[in-house]
Amino acid sequence: MAQERITSTGSKREEETPLPDSAPAPAPGGPSAAAQAQANQADDLLADIDAVLEANAEEFVKGFVQKGGQ
Amino acid sequence: MGLETEFGIVHTVPTGAALSPDDTARRLFRPIVEWGRSSNVFLPNGARLYLDVGSHPEYATAECATLEDTVAHDRAGELIVDDMRGQLEAKLAEEGTGGSVYLFKNNVDSAGNSFGSHENYMIARSTRFARLVAHLIPFLVTRQLIAGAGRVHPQGPVAFGQRSFSQNAGQPSYSFSQRADHIWEDSSSSTTRARPLINTRDEPHGDAERFRRLHVIVGDSTMSTTTTALRLGATDLMLRMIEAGNALIDRTLKDPALALRQISHDLTGTVPVELADGTQRSALDLQREYLETVTRFVQANGAHHDRVDWVLDLWARTLDAVQRRDFTGIDTEIDWAIKKKLLDSWVARNGSDYAAPRVAQMDLAFHDVAPGRGLFRMLEERGMAARLPGTDGSEAQTAVTTPPETRAKLRGALVKAAIDAGKHTTIDWVNVKINGATQRIVTLRDPFLTHDDDAAAMLAILRREAVRGSEQPPAPPII
Repeated sequence: MAQERITSTGSKREEETPLPDSAPAPAPGGPSAAAQAQANQADDLLADIDAVLEANAEEFVKGFVQKGGQ
Repeated sequence: MGLETEFGIVHTVPTGAALSPDDTARRLFRPIVEWGRSSNVFLPNGARLYLDVGSHPEYATAECATLEDTVAHDRAGELIVDDMRGQLEAKLAEEGTGGSVYLFKNNVDSAGNSFGSHENYMIARSTRFARLVAHLIPFLVTRQLIAGAGRVHPQGPVAFGQRSFSQNAGQPSYSFSQRADHIWEDSSSSTTRARPLINTRDEPHGDAERFRRLHVIVGDSTMSTTTTALRLGATDLMLRMIEAGNALIDRTLKDPALALRQISHDLTGTVPVELADGTQRSALDLQREYLETVTRFVQANGAHHDRVDWVLDLWARTLDAVQRRDFTGIDTEIDWAIKKKLLDSWVARNGSDYAAPRVAQMDLAFHDVAPGRGLFRMLEERGMAARLPGTDGSEAQTAVTTPPETRAKLRGALVKAAIDAGKHTTIDWVNVKINGATQRIVTLRDPFLTHDDDAAAMLAILRREAVRGSEQPPAPPII
């Protein structure tokens, strides 16, 4: 699954890249700021999704039964 | 070309009994029946709207001549049925029944019933149909890599006969396609009993001596305009190449229905499927071969429209992403990757997995056509899902009332004029008949026709009658 893939890629990068003694502070508006903005956007989206989905997930999915079409 | 979409429908209430899908669909169509005297009508934008087999609301776009028109008219169908949905919800609230009505543009329900997205392509009558179908089937079986809508399987893939597709039996999984598990034959004239990839029923809806309609029913309903455009654009290029008579390598599959499932449940694209000649190829091998052959065909013959380069680029990038097993390059453009990214972010934040009921609910809600509630729509509204380049969604709004530049323009104008004149009509894809004493009929056999003397004459008569009748109460507004 993807989160496993992401995790393994992440840890591989850490192994390959030697950590500097003192990591430079991320430049404002730089890549890590963009990554942070993306993470925030994803968090906002998931929160909003939670608000629109009906509470009983299992019942909602099971309740969707149709006759077959073409 | 054109697209037909069967929508799934459900009514939910917090307490008490919800309407059955049959009743919900009938109620949904009540305003249509009131003005059209039928639950099978043609609209002023040239499209057909009807209640299909199994009580599915179905929208068939008008015949379109360009990719962007087809995509816009497909989305217009979503806007139209969503408007009907809103009316029904309001009516139910007024009656005290209340609850929510959902329309899903997906292909499968929780009981394993499937409904479709049907693509229609016009081909020349002179094309050797059996050869075309033979070459097209391996393409369609592997096309899910670039055009699947994605699906979660909380208990893993469903076995096909004795065949199981999971690496770890019963473990939750994700597949490229919704529809792949529900196709049983390669091509036949049946659609519901033993569902094929291609329906061979010969209904040209045009001059049968010149045209034939190819009816592809294997595809997933796609939410994203970019995925829909790639699905149609790549298939159109394949058809042009096959029709041009180029020598193509025979890649006939030993068992297309089995291969569909094998490929759908293997996100690496590498599982080998058996060919009729005894060799094996992966979906990536076959799609690479098709992309290369089509690219050479375009280089030799020129691009036939201005989005060919875009189609080839997204096609190539999607295959690259599958090959690299890194979907970040396509996760705003290809349905299965957009959905997977969303589900994975929920799973990661909740320390959960694909077996969680919430994941199955999100899989379904991705296909909810309601703006602000449907998950794909929410992604698109936030710019987290791409739109077809050069479009902003206003095209679909326009397409709700405006027909494309094909014979649909004539049909749509006649439908609108007949409504304005308070006349009832009998319409199919070729004919428009004004019911009444004179029984006037216009026949449009060429789908590319945008002018016809008989249609112009009928339009003039209807408009005169509309003016004459304007002192009487107007016909009920359309939707």
